[in-house]
Amino acid sequence: MNSSPLIASPHAHDANTVAETMGWVLLALAPATLFGIYLFGWPALLLFLVTVAAAVVAEYLSLKIAGKPPGRFLADGSALLTGVLLALTLPPWAPWWVGVVGAVIAIVIAKQVFGGVGQNLFNPAMAARVALLISFPLEMTTFVEPQPLFSAAAPTLQQSLAITFGSGGAAIDAVTSATILDHTRTELGQGVALDEIAGYDPLALAWGGVPGSLGETSALLLLLGGLLLLWRRVITWYIPVALLGTITLLATLFHLIAPESYASAPYHLLSGAVMLVAFFIATDPVTSPLSVRGQLLFGAGCGAFIWILRTWSGYPEGAAFAILLMNAFTPLIDHYIRPRIYGRDRRGVPLNESVATREER
Amino acid sequence: MKLFSIRGGVHPHDHKHLSAEQPIVAIPLPPLLHIPLQQHIGAMAKPVVRRGDLVRKGQLIARAQGAISAPVHAPTSGRIVGIGSYSAHHPSDLKVGAITLQPDGEERWVEPQEAPPDPFTLSAEQITRRVAEAGIVGMGGATFPSAIKLNLGKRFSLHTLVINGAECEPYLTCDDRLMREYSAEVVDGVRIMAHALGVERVILAIENNKPQAQQAMRAAVAAFAEMTVVGLPTRYPMGSERHLVQVVTGEETPARCLTAEIGVVVHNTATALAVHQAMRHQQPLLSRVVTLSGGAMRRPGNYRVAIGTPVTWLLEQGGGFDEARVARIISGGPMMGQVLGDLRAPVVKGCNAILALTREEVGEQAEHPCIRCARCVEACPCGLLPLEMARRARAGDLDGARTFGLGDCISCGSCAYVCPARIPLVQYFNFAKGELANRDRAKQKQLETKRLAEQRAARIERQQAEKKAMMERRKQEMAAKKAAEAAAKAAAERSEESSEESTA
Repeated sequence: MNSSPLIASPHAHDANTVAETMGWVLLALAPATLFGIYLFGWPALLLFLVTVAAAVVAEYLSLKIAGKPPGRFLADGSALLTGVLLALTLPPWAPWWVGVVGAVIAIVIAKQVFGGVGQNLFNPAMAARVALLISFPLEMTTFVEPQPLFSAAAPTLQQSLAITFGSGGAAIDAVTSATILDHTRTELGQGVALDEIAGYDPLALAWGGVPGSLGETSALLLLLGGLLLLWRRVITWYIPVALLGTITLLATLFHLIAPESYASAPYHLLSGAVMLVAFFIATDPVTSPLSVRGQLLFGAGCGAFIWILRTWSGYPEGAAFAILLMNAFTPLIDHYIRPRIYGRDRRGVPLNESVATREER
Repeated sequence: MKLFSIRGGVHPHDHKHLSAEQPIVAIPLPPLLHIPLQQHIGAMAKPVVRRGDLVRKGQLIARAQGAISAPVHAPTSGRIVGIGSYSAHHPSDLKVGAITLQPDGEERWVEPQEAPPDPFTLSAEQITRRVAEAGIVGMGGATFPSAIKLNLGKRFSLHTLVINGAECEPYLTCDDRLMREYSAEVVDGVRIMAHALGVERVILAIENNKPQAQQAMRAAVAAFAEMTVVGLPTRYPMGSERHLVQVVTGEETPARCLTAEIGVVVHNTATALAVHQAMRHQQPLLSRVVTLSGGAMRRPGNYRVAIGTPVTWLLEQGGGFDEARVARIISGGPMMGQVLGDLRAPVVKGCNAILALTREEVGEQAEHPCIRCARCVEACPCGLLPLEMARRARAGDLDGARTFGLGDCISCGSCAYVCPARIPLVQYFNFAKGELANRDRAKQKQLETKRLAEQRAARIERQQAEKKAMMERRKQEMAAKKAAEAAAKAAAERSEESSEESTA
């Protein structure tokens, strides 16, 4: 009379699942996503849908080829999340194929080639963003002024279809605008102090009514989503705090020394991809370290690279590069920084022996 | 009292309400008791009765063998009807040595030889001998012979005895009930243990989800200044020996050492009660309290069960379980308990609960690839990287798993409990630990074989050398003899010659 199949303990389980974790992240992204679609109108919605759909289809085909059950793996929501994250980092009026190419790069090259969910070395969305930026610099840096849905200036659905799927060049040209990162970079380069740069408005940057990527403009809504994830314990504070803290520290320090050449901390924190990256990308569990100290180091490294690349590199925004750089360091960090094992010192020596050796010295 | 923090741990739903308010009820004796010879860590006990013998309650039926072992006693009076093997209290369903006893229902006790002496007049050796003779083992589930742990004062300088009343496993309420219903007896047992160990301080640690037990124990220790009752935060695995010691003393036990290394010994509540019964009433360990619980159990409660009672009988007498809703029946708590290969297996000294869990309680789901979320790292109370160990164990890289600290894993299951990918981490660890143990044994055997072969070769060589030496000696002797003979002959000839000469 057998009581049950041979199953190891524990015979109880916390209710969480991978799909649920992904679900919370998607929910936390919802405010910024909806706001971005509202802000940039129908073209943004079209691009968003195309990108997400392409990510899911790419995942499905990859799983088919790999001989894995597509239903079960698609249900974890990781492909959906990658698609959403990628879409949020694209210029909202970019043509459809940018989204499709990006999604294929993210899912096929950055994720499935490495072995699928959990196996990738680099964050798929960031790998795709960097690949797109290098391959299609024009499309990836053509930003538009906000054209909120239902406002007078907003393109109609028909015009939007032309912008996303046709040659909407003329319509876009009329409303293109530099992002604050581009603008500031040029102006600071010419010795104009930050406060005097036209268009630098911390309040606008915070709520997000400025030119920028589809879902990156509203620092406040992204922060709100990040706080939701912290509250639900989907993420821990180590990486976001280290990342934002390092940027604040570096920016403040240099701004105090030479305000005319270096932008202040609020500018760095509120502009570009920083908030999205801090709470949603750098915290990607697959590509970040395991230990608390490793995560702090990882977050600090991301923050430092973002600031350095923004300040001294040829690109106005360095978030994606910074993430990939630190992703590459993750295995190294995990190799050298591990939690201390109970009853042992950091080198793995039992505590009594380690005390003895210390006394000998 | 100031408490210290430990890393990791989880907060599973404790489900204690199911059985916490049920007083301990004795279960009637089954038609046959199957008393295993191995209910403890160490060497198997050796039967001292024969088939057909009539035994009395409390009579020794198998004696301890070797340094680490424990004897077994007849849980009731009756006839020995078999000495053979019976289903083990284990997932494997292997058969292990057991004595089968048919109770006669008369509960005739073995005659006590003398009145029990006051334990506080006895020496540590005398107490540990009596505890060893009573067959008492760690009743929290570890089943390590208690006498050995009571004798640690000889090897270490001890200052504190911690009584583990954490009962941090969900569902379990047997220790909770013991502390409430037998608080005076438990405290007496604790005092005897403290006397044997020679410690000046006793801490009774009880999780805060058992306020009534805390209250009862506080009242019971009020007269003894050296004893303190401490409320522990409810967190699993608070009852893990090393972690418990750290929470109450702030000291961390070095890896691969006993807590005695830092002057602390931990004993379980039920063990303290068993010590009281052995020392004051000369009763060996014959029964224990088992919690029947779980969502599919019809009448959750706490039952006093004779050792050797088949689990099926216990379940029947305890109201049984709902066949339609039950998903898993396990022995022990849900975090570290195990399924039984055969439900007819007997209740043993270390069995604290039988749980009938529903599908919802078990929360079983399909496994998903690891997403490196590090929740297992956060939950691990030992500071390990469970995902890395499991990955290596799965790939058969046992040495890799060992370098990641497999040997420091306490199999508490916190990692597998929180894993969102539902990876059976403990399964991998147990597999790897078993394989490593096998390998070490094989290596040991190989070394031993090699040593013996070398000894044999050396012996043969020595014998040959001796033979050769002997041959040599013989040859020399022969040569000497020959020479002597020749010399004698020559001398004789010479003497003959000379005599001839003289006669001439």
